[in-house]
Amino acid sequence: MTPTRVVAALCLIAPFVGMLWVGSYGKVEPTLIGIPFFYWYQMLWVPISAVLTSVAYILVRREQRERKGGDSA
Amino acid sequence: MNGGVNGVALAVFIFFFVAVTVMGFLAARWRAAENANNLDEWGLGGRSFGTWITWFLLGGDLYTAYTFVAVPAAIYATGAAGFFAVPYTILVYPLIFTFLPRLWSVSHKHGYVTTSDFVRGRFGSKGLSLAVAITGILATMPYIALQLVGIQAVLDVMGVGGGENTNWFIKDLPLLIAFGVLAAYTYSSGLRAPALIAFVKDTLIYIVIAVAIIYIPIKLGGFDDIFSAANDKFTKAGAGGLAPPAEGQWAYGTLALGSALALFMYPHSITATLSSRSREVIRRNTTILPLYSLMLGLLALLGFMAIAAGVTVENGQLAIPQLFEDMFPDWFAGVAFAAIGIGALVPAAIMSIAAANLFTRNIYKDFLRPNATPEEETKVSKLVSLLVKVGALIFVLGMDKTVAINFQLLGGIWILQTFPALVGGLFTRWFHRWALLAGWAVGMVYGTWKAYDTPSGTQKHFGNTADVPGIGEIGYIGLTAIVLNVVVTVVLTLILRAVKAPDGVDETSAADYKADSGDPGVQTDLPPATAGAPGGH
Repeated sequence: MTPTRVVAALCLIAPFVGMLWVGSYGKVEPTLIGIPFFYWYQMLWVPISAVLTSVAYILVRREQRERKGGDSA
Repeated sequence: MNGGVNGVALAVFIFFFVAVTVMGFLAARWRAAENANNLDEWGLGGRSFGTWITWFLLGGDLYTAYTFVAVPAAIYATGAAGFFAVPYTILVYPLIFTFLPRLWSVSHKHGYVTTSDFVRGRFGSKGLSLAVAITGILATMPYIALQLVGIQAVLDVMGVGGGENTNWFIKDLPLLIAFGVLAAYTYSSGLRAPALIAFVKDTLIYIVIAVAIIYIPIKLGGFDDIFSAANDKFTKAGAGGLAPPAEGQWAYGTLALGSALALFMYPHSITATLSSRSREVIRRNTTILPLYSLMLGLLALLGFMAIAAGVTVENGQLAIPQLFEDMFPDWFAGVAFAAIGIGALVPAAIMSIAAANLFTRNIYKDFLRPNATPEEETKVSKLVSLLVKVGALIFVLGMDKTVAINFQLLGGIWILQTFPALVGGLFTRWFHRWALLAGWAVGMVYGTWKAYDTPSGTQKHFGNTADVPGIGEIGYIGLTAIVLNVVVTVVLTLILRAVKAPDGVDETSAADYKADSGDPGVQTDLPPATAGAPGGH
């Protein structure tokens, strides 16, 4: 496990912690433009998880290219 | 619904339907290879799809008409509990990122078309591969049936579903026509047809959602009013609410996790994944596919809007089509209905292709005709794709709609039971093939029995959440079954290893799981630009 791989793994695990801990967001207040917290919080996680996956993707790809010794194309 | 036929909406609907039908048939010529008579071509589109086509194909595949009708319908009926579809589709991408590139690599190295192909190659067990194939076909059929239910809901609201006392043939004629068209172009164009039509479907759906999410709240007086109307309804009914109660949180979390684990095991998601050009394409896609999840979340909110708009329907599936009919001008309602209808055709086509691939490779070729030629495989696959759809049609026409929905719930529980063999197999060979088979059987029996035993809403059977033994919380049955499955697999593997039971032959090597296109031995799939060049397979 290289440090890069650890960071990538954390990025992939984070959404599970966020989404499966339902108690942390199972409430109505505070609302956002009239939408209860429960809904906008989970929808906020969509872009967050997309960014986290992108970070993991970039890290993994960079490491793979380095391992191949720069014959990336 | 209101008796009359909505002529304008129907005309718009038919216009789009005819347009995609033409596209479906022309698709056969799109990026075609010289020799179309092998399963790679018909069943995986030549394995040549890049990032954007894969994005549309996977999106069109995972987010089906049924999702668009059923998720808001669940919100409409039960409130917060139905929103689990959002965390579910969030969790599915880190999972795809981790697992499917390995499957892509090993499949391209060894020419696997289905998950059963992989399981047979990895564990050297035809029995285990057969179990995976049958599970896949069983789980897919009701899923196709539900797509037809989606089309039916739209036809009903447009007033062409027929009344109670019309002749059954007249009543179902529109559905039969839609179905016949779907069957014909899947037969002739294979995976290329849904890939091309997916562009139209997604464009329409994005437009409809964008308009709905702005236009309807303005008409209804803003989200404050929408949610307070919903709150009133749920408080009065004493069921559901705007946030799940403490005792419902386990069910919410386990449904999200279990569904996410199940989704990418379905044959149709695997088909779409394997048809991509490289493992990079898959990973890149997991970073852009969440755009669909955002759309799904917005769609789910339509369920609350239907409540606030005073839509009352007996069949919850009709809530959203009815909301569109009530809120939009006729012509735009037609666009919205076309989006749902075409949204049903794309996944139905991919699903029937996936089920047909499973049958041909892992039942026909492995057990009935080991010497089948590639031409014969393709011919059988095409025929089976027709049979599968006829089966789905019988589901829809012959049985009560709740039956199809129940079987779909069971399908999710079933497909999850192939997880240890497939995902376990991608990372380790430690599990014993017989232990995996026993674990699968235990999970299938427990899941089916428990679901049958659990009441769901108004019905006596086929609930999807029940007591988790030993924890005292309510959870998703599929997840409990998979835990049981894994425990049985691990314990039996320990025993079988101790008594030195014979292992199957593993035809894969560690490096196969990391191979990418361009590496030696990887079957790079006749890219379209060179399809005319000599040396196809």
